[in-house]
Amino acid sequence: MTRRQVMKLGWDYGVLLLVLAGMVAVFSFRSENFFQQSTFVSIANQIPDLTFIAVGMTLVLLVGGIDLSVGSVLALSSAVLGTLMVDHEWSLWSAIPLCLLAGVICGLFNGVVSIGLRIPSFIVTLGMLEMARGATKVVTDSQTRYIGSAVEAIGEPIPVLLLSPAFLFSLVVVGLGQFLLTRTVFGRYCIAIGTNEEAVRMSGIRTEPYSIAVFAISGLMCGFAGLSQASRLSSADPNAAIGIELSAIAACVIGGTSLMGGRANVVSTFIGVLIIAVLQTGLAQLGVSDANKQIITGAVIVVAVLLDACRGRLGSNRV
Amino acid sequence: MNPEALNLLELKDVTKSYGSAKAVDACSLSFRAGEVHALLGANGAGKSTLVRMVAGLTAMSKGAMAFCGEDYAPTGKRDAEAVGIEIVQQELNLIPTLSVAENLFLADLPATAGVIRRGVLRQRARAALDRVGRSGISPEAEVDTLGVGQQQMVEIAAALNRKCRLLILDEPTAALSSAESETLFDRLRGLRSDGVGIIYISHRLDEVAMLADSISVLRDGCCVGTFAAADCSTDRMIELMSGQAVHRHAEHASFVDQRSEVLRVEGLTGGLVKDVSFQLHRGEKLGIAGLVGSGRSELLRLVFGADVATAGGVCLGEGDALQCFRHPSEAVAAGIAMVTENRKENGLLLPASVQTNTTLVSMWQRFASFGMVRSQAEADAARSQCDALNVRCETLQQRIATLSGGNQQKIVLAKWLVHDADIFLLDEPTRGIDVAARQRIYQLVDALAADGKSIVMVSSDLDELLDVCDRIAVMSNGRLVETFKRESWSYEGIMQAAFSGYRRGRAG
Repeated sequence: MTRRQVMKLGWDYGVLLLVLAGMVAVFSFRSENFFQQSTFVSIANQIPDLTFIAVGMTLVLLVGGIDLSVGSVLALSSAVLGTLMVDHEWSLWSAIPLCLLAGVICGLFNGVVSIGLRIPSFIVTLGMLEMARGATKVVTDSQTRYIGSAVEAIGEPIPVLLLSPAFLFSLVVVGLGQFLLTRTVFGRYCIAIGTNEEAVRMSGIRTEPYSIAVFAISGLMCGFAGLSQASRLSSADPNAAIGIELSAIAACVIGGTSLMGGRANVVSTFIGVLIIAVLQTGLAQLGVSDANKQIITGAVIVVAVLLDACRGRLGSNRV
Repeated sequence: MNPEALNLLELKDVTKSYGSAKAVDACSLSFRAGEVHALLGANGAGKSTLVRMVAGLTAMSKGAMAFCGEDYAPTGKRDAEAVGIEIVQQELNLIPTLSVAENLFLADLPATAGVIRRGVLRQRARAALDRVGRSGISPEAEVDTLGVGQQQMVEIAAALNRKCRLLILDEPTAALSSAESETLFDRLRGLRSDGVGIIYISHRLDEVAMLADSISVLRDGCCVGTFAAADCSTDRMIELMSGQAVHRHAEHASFVDQRSEVLRVEGLTGGLVKDVSFQLHRGEKLGIAGLVGSGRSELLRLVFGADVATAGGVCLGEGDALQCFRHPSEAVAAGIAMVTENRKENGLLLPASVQTNTTLVSMWQRFASFGMVRSQAEADAARSQCDALNVRCETLQQRIATLSGGNQQKIVLAKWLVHDADIFLLDEPTRGIDVAARQRIYQLVDALAADGKSIVMVSSDLDELLDVCDRIAVMSNGRLVETFKRESWSYEGIMQAAFSGYRRGRAG
């Protein structure tokens, strides 16, 4: 790697990694139990749900949209999985495709209605937030489906490695997402659409297929998140993941994603997820009350965004 | 009586320069109270810049102004309003979601402890609207629900409502019906007899002849002179605006292949544009002239499918059926490229790099393998375009926003050169760029024509069209009124045609 590339990496991720390292350091000094392997393993195995969702959200924000329905779609996907496996005794491997399909269909609906009919995605996905949650309750009869050991393998740590397949797969998804964003024509056009959709249109490019695909990808990510959550909880809970959309948006924003579209980075989003997860775990270990936890989490989000804004202002002077 | 005393506003060597270009060059004019003074000039002659300086919207570069005998140097619109100078511009400055009354008194809403006194507001608005003879407009109506003409009248009512000694109107009747215009003229005559000075800018020369007491003509930022309206026929006005043909035309090379027609536009209609037909041949450079707002850009947008035509269509190559593009992607697939009028708004991705902008159009066709970006091919293509067009940039990864206007415009062209189109629609390709970049773009246009490509070029700079083009089609009031060939064109003939659609009897 050239010196220039190293500097660019430092510039892109330096601030975020410093914030993360700083938080780890503070928690390690304040709590005896924090700086231990078990803490990090437990964080790693808890974050796949949020990671999947945040990767999808990053792409949606990139094209200038927003997806508020992710929590409900996650719950619906996991409900489909649970109902098929428990009520219809399907095997895990035959239920997974339908679990993912449920997510994709919801995402496609969001995309087609908001992009095709030109309705703000904020409103369409707000509608989907209600519809998918309702559908979840219909599918499960509002009962938690206890799936049991059949699904646990995905979320259980692999011996020796101590990390779960779900976490490893979420890392792969982060890598693929970053690849999609930076190395493919699809990603290039998504950035372009988020930057100036009219300029893209006037370049003779149809923008709709890209934007719709992005919503479908967000739906697919909800499917993965539903699967990973079901495996971690050994069950499908119709009230799962309420409010996860806000954590996902927070992770994106901490990672420097612009809510106006055109600027996003999947790896930065992942570091944003890590920051949120470390904060939650660390505060819990210190015995901070839920109320104070919320105050601190909110403050960290604002500070992270402030730091990023400062970086952006400095960066605008650079070539 | 001392005639000096009647001079309301005096301009002395007023100059506005942008870099080395002078939009207004040492203009000395005086405007009197109780007279309608028309400002005439072709596109870019400096009329709007001049009145914007008077109204405090643009700062003077040099010169001095005196209002009622006292030095006057406005630093903002407030300074102008304080002495009683009001301007009504072409673009409307109303807030569409507020009511007419609220818009009229936006700066000075009658209120008690922050609560709007609706009754008082309504009364005042009523009075203000009556003053311009528009009792038909309800003060409670949301501005959004009014037609453009009515909105224009609301603006005028707002200007007149304030204590006004000099009223500037920039194309006030562009959106008005003839009945609405008549009401406005009556009102203006009333103001004139009250001693208000009026500066009036319009393309509609018949209106000017009817309404104005004196006429000042601007040409290329310079003041040609002030004339009594009574001595000036509309033909004489056009003559004054055109001036002598002092421009030396560059050597012209033609590459037209008359036998092969590459584009035929038939009866194209939509928005401003009414029933436009023309042909374009292989290797031809067709200019489209006309006044600002005559529908030139809209015509190109219709051809390109950026707006959808309501009637008519285009036909590519002989024997093809008439078709109408519904999306720019269809036009691009058919081999048409378009350089938009405003590169910052919809020509470029400003935060993106030079390289990304250059390759944007043809990512799938030229820079992808299995959906992945071939960055090396991208860099090579961008590099060769930058070299060929003398684009000055440090690296290809440089953000395009940091480039100069001329270099940005070259990249806008480069993105279509990379794509390799057959027909180039260029909308104001040299607007706001320096002379060197301008020359480079003319060379490029010639090189394209020599290569058998066809070009349609819209420009407000008639000299530029006379230099570059093989034929010039003139738009006026939405229609294509006349097409001139190189052998038979003259600056004045083209100006006559450009104004013809705005003359009484021939207006649409």
